[in-house]
Amino acid sequence: MEAGLLAALPVQELVFFINRGLLAGLIIGSVYALGAVGVTLIFGILRFAHFAHGDMMTIGAFVALICVALFPGGGSILGLPAAFVLMPVAMVVTALLAIGVDRTFYAPLRRAKVRPVVIVMSSIGVMLMMQGLVRLFAGTGTWQLEAGGAKTIYRLPLLGRDIILTQPQALLIGFTAVAAIALHLFLTRSRMGKAMRAVSDNPDLARVSGISIDSVVRATWVIAGALAAAGGTLLALDVTLKPDLAFNIILPIFAAAIVGGIGQPYGAIAGGMLVGFTETFAVFNWSVLLRPLAPLLPDFVEIPNRIAFVPTEYKIVVPFFILIVVLIWRPTGIFKGRVVK
Amino acid sequence: MALLDMSDIHGGYGGANILNGVSIAIEANEIGVIVGPNGAGKSTTLKALFGLVTVSQGKVTFDGRDITNKAPEALVREGLSFVPQEFNVFPTLSVEENLEMGAFIRRDDFRPLIDKVYGFFPPLKDKRRQPAGELSGGQRQMVAMGRALMTEPKLLLLDEPTAGLSPRYMGEIFERIIEINAAGVGILMVEQNARQALALAHRGFVLAGGQNRFTASGAELLADPEVAKSFLGGGE
Repeated sequence: MEAGLLAALPVQELVFFINRGLLAGLIIGSVYALGAVGVTLIFGILRFAHFAHGDMMTIGAFVALICVALFPGGGSILGLPAAFVLMPVAMVVTALLAIGVDRTFYAPLRRAKVRPVVIVMSSIGVMLMMQGLVRLFAGTGTWQLEAGGAKTIYRLPLLGRDIILTQPQALLIGFTAVAAIALHLFLTRSRMGKAMRAVSDNPDLARVSGISIDSVVRATWVIAGALAAAGGTLLALDVTLKPDLAFNIILPIFAAAIVGGIGQPYGAIAGGMLVGFTETFAVFNWSVLLRPLAPLLPDFVEIPNRIAFVPTEYKIVVPFFILIVVLIWRPTGIFKGRVVK
Repeated sequence: MALLDMSDIHGGYGGANILNGVSIAIEANEIGVIVGPNGAGKSTTLKALFGLVTVSQGKVTFDGRDITNKAPEALVREGLSFVPQEFNVFPTLSVEENLEMGAFIRRDDFRPLIDKVYGFFPPLKDKRRQPAGELSGGQRQMVAMGRALMTEPKLLLLDEPTAGLSPRYMGEIFERIIEINAAGVGILMVEQNARQALALAHRGFVLAGGQNRFTASGAELLADPEVAKSFLGGGE
């Protein structure tokens, strides 16, 4: 009796949907969220779109690669990938690098009171410079962040089938959740977090109140740089490390930040997830889910092998589609971001 | 010796000067009121004092120290506090967070001070968790003044605190200003509602064309027929 009921359930299709749809969306959404939080914070505090953010993620991953090369045994202690255990080092180094880039390139422009678009252009210059530096030292090939050995795979049995998650993917999802909670507590409980929101709200009044704008700017780069390094490292652990690792996803990251409401950190996380899930579901093969219905359908209806909203090659257009749809419905993003003047 | 002494201040936003020799002096715990027609340089005077407009000539001393052209961040630590006329709250921060931001430079426990501000402005206590941007104009003005009080300033600078408020709130804000002053805080404010403001001023300054036209006590200015005719409108 029970066995009969189980057989009637489309378990195989359900598990396929969880693995290739829900989990895949959550994984790429987490990467977008980690990048978009930095982009949105920088926009909120410094009022410019930081185009070098993707390459800051890539550099963070390469710093992690260097750490792994220096301490190859770093991971075995905890049974976790060395790159993950050493990721805090990469986060600190990238945060310092972000502060250095700000002091060298963006701060002089701010002092000269240039228009924001000039700083955007300089961030494109920084982006090209970072890309050049990475290729200069690491070449154009691909690298494995996880030295040797296959990835640990977690299997969670569900009615005889397995929900599959690799260890890097589980770490990515877990880290993003922890980072989101930590960011929330920081922004709502700590003095510096509240000051960041105050500067984002009204920079002139913040200055008049005696809030040190310099330290707020520094805190912004620390958070943005650290999360970028984490996002880059975790993405590189899931796929492979190559010089254009995160430059390729800068457009969905910007779409996530804008969809969520520019300047709104929670919006960036929501936007990252929205873009990640939509992208995944847009290229998901829905015909798999229709197959169990085949016996119920008349003979002349044939279920095609592949039904997707968008062919995989056109995945990159999906974030723009979401961007347009969301902005028609809510012109300043889901979380009511600031109006870009 | 005067708490604040601005003597013969010239300055502006670059280009032509707006201030052409303004002098303001007030003692500790006094209320000073700056009135005058539009474009007289009233707000600019406050901004020049608070380091938001460059002083090209003249000297500003506060509490015996030269503060000419010091940055606002530094002046907050000297015991000055400024409430701008517009955009004077953090709209997405709660009322209480606005007050906490006023106390950003403090490292001590400022909890009692927040309670003191709620004492001055009781309506804020009920709205402490509400974003300041959702409050009415009068309550926003209270948040703005409360925020500025969190540093326990010696002198509070108010730029048109009753601008755009209903007569009911206008009266309430003036009452609070008297109370705050009675608690030992000096006040220097710019006001469009010249009569009401001068009525509570220890010192009044009538500016026109970026210069002092009349300087006397509030009561004297109100009694001066020439001031009444030219600057207070309506006449008696």
